[in-house]
Amino acid sequence: MKKFLSLVLAMLMVFALVACEQQKAPAEDAEADQAEPAEDQAAAEQDTPADEDAATDEEAAAPPDVDYSSKNVTMITDEGGINDESFNQSAWNGMERLKNELNVNISFIESHKDADYTPNLEMSVDQGNDLIWGIGFLMKDAVDNAARDYPEQLFGLIDDNWEDGELPNTVGVQFKAEQSSFLVGYIAGLMTESNKVGMVIGMEFPTMFRFRYGYEAGVNYAAKELGKEIEFLYTNIESFSDTAKAKASAQQMYHDGADIVFQCAGLAGNGVIEAAKELDKWAIGVDLDQNKLAPDNVLTSALKNIDIAIFSLSKRIFDGEDLGGTTVFFGLEEGGVGIAPSSDKHVPAEILEKVSALEKKIAEGEIEVPFTEDMFKAFTY
Amino acid sequence: MFNTIFLALAITLMYATPLCFTALGGVITQRAGVDNIGLEGMMAFGAFAAAAVAYFSENPWLGLLFGGLAGAALALIHAFVSISLKGDQTISGIAINFIGLGLAIFMTRLLFNGMASTDAVLNKIPKLFKTLGVKLENHPLLHALEIDLTVVLAFILVFVVHFVLYKTAFGLRLRACGEHPAAADTLGVSVVKIRYIAVLLSGLFAGLGGGAMTLAVISHFTPTVISGQGFIALAAVIFGNWKPIGAALACLLFGFAQALTVLLTSYTALPTQILATLPYVLTLLVLIFFVGRAVPPKANGQPYFKGEA
Repeated sequence: MKKFLSLVLAMLMVFALVACEQQKAPAEDAEADQAEPAEDQAAAEQDTPADEDAATDEEAAAPPDVDYSSKNVTMITDEGGINDESFNQSAWNGMERLKNELNVNISFIESHKDADYTPNLEMSVDQGNDLIWGIGFLMKDAVDNAARDYPEQLFGLIDDNWEDGELPNTVGVQFKAEQSSFLVGYIAGLMTESNKVGMVIGMEFPTMFRFRYGYEAGVNYAAKELGKEIEFLYTNIESFSDTAKAKASAQQMYHDGADIVFQCAGLAGNGVIEAAKELDKWAIGVDLDQNKLAPDNVLTSALKNIDIAIFSLSKRIFDGEDLGGTTVFFGLEEGGVGIAPSSDKHVPAEILEKVSALEKKIAEGEIEVPFTEDMFKAFTY
Repeated sequence: MFNTIFLALAITLMYATPLCFTALGGVITQRAGVDNIGLEGMMAFGAFAAAAVAYFSENPWLGLLFGGLAGAALALIHAFVSISLKGDQTISGIAINFIGLGLAIFMTRLLFNGMASTDAVLNKIPKLFKTLGVKLENHPLLHALEIDLTVVLAFILVFVVHFVLYKTAFGLRLRACGEHPAAADTLGVSVVKIRYIAVLLSGLFAGLGGGAMTLAVISHFTPTVISGQGFIALAAVIFGNWKPIGAALACLLFGFAQALTVLLTSYTALPTQILATLPYVLTLLVLIFFVGRAVPPKANGQPYFKGEA
């Protein structure tokens, strides 16, 4: 019995080896196969959605020789599915735009724990993709390894980056979250009645400091404009999942007199919004428009439009631009960050006007919003 | 100053309540001799069911009830595997942890347009002083101490479970099944029946704990709303020496350590990384220095084979 089992196992292993071996070759065949029908598709595409393209996308003046339908792009989520109502979903929206507007072949693989990143990346490489997106800085190590193992494969990584030129087959994407945080901080500063505003952050590392210093600078900017002092309360809860801790921290801030608290703590941050709802204070959401979580208590949200980054960068790469080894920044100017459309529900129109004036100054580079401690200290209001 | 102390108390209770429900479930099942490390999964599934039912029915109490029933439904699987099939209870528990969270997210997607989180419920579990009609504007201290009614419910249940376990015939039989099932069997106690009831109750309590999280602490289900509470509750069972009141005190201690962390983080300049370990370090220290040797029920975790002593 044992002998038989080991025989079966040995055969299985040999078979698996052969199966692995084979996959590389047919991948090319498959591409060759796809090329033919792809031309038909491209022809069909030119008939119908061509003018739609022009209508929906400003950059749609695509070079006619790029056949998007032969392009394959995939994304790998970090922990959380493509419907996570947060940035994986935002990324997937960008992918769907690629399919709907350019007819690119899109796919995704969901990771459920960090041990999934490497196998998922391997699988995506084997599938023969032109571009593989890793969503979230949590994947940086895995993408780094994969990029070194497969120097021919192009990888993109959302929310983190490498030194310029360090890895020629990677594109880092950073959002100027300090700009949107500055705007919501400015709103908070103008609207606080207790002259105390708070912030609950999930963890401290460079990406998160963009939120922190941007927000604090925005609050101070408003204080300067109004000629008053606004106290800034700040807590790091060391978790993106402990909702109760986020809620407790916010409760404590509200009891200490803060009337507006900005949450940057992922799903844990829902606890901040909950505290605002229970105590009838203001909360500020992050990444997505979080007003629907508490329509009467979410003042505004600092948006991060990952969909825009995924769409425009994928397109630029397919159009032939060589972005390998670089980091691309998305700020207000590129539409990569901003404040939520629902802000007009609670923020008075005259404040929103001031905000858009400020937005223009930032986009034009007149104000450079700080995103590190040193910049923050040196910032002049 | 008093304001801060009262706030600390409120945070302690908020933290401890979901743990407390679940730990009570753990005490009951282990006292009957069945290990249940699937509490985390039952909490997660209960958290989802509570939020979903409360969302559609707009009645938080109905939601909480269904949260408990959902936990019990998962517990039925565990009971069948570990009592009827005499399977390995650890493996069944681990499987339930995966199934519970997976099923919760899957059903959330089915019911809420593919989203991984449910929408916020319209009515949450009411607050204690608001229900009593206290005008909080005049009492800033009570305002800081405002708690959810689930807190009250949890602490009533602690004493109910204590009473049932130690003052009723059923409780004696249940404990006998956990200490010496063969002896209980010879005296005419149906070990299978008692153990089934105990495991189902543990699922019910874990489900209530999950519901307390999604209907009182926050107001909707998210995939990370239950992240480790089930395991902390299991630790509280051991910490509390398999006694309902002991387990509840252990939960309170953990909640208090969390409250301390929150307050120290904002009032002192101590490094947050170190403060974040405080609840766990404190728990370990108390376990080492103040709690005597933990004595588990003798037959805990062992399937009962009729006729084998």
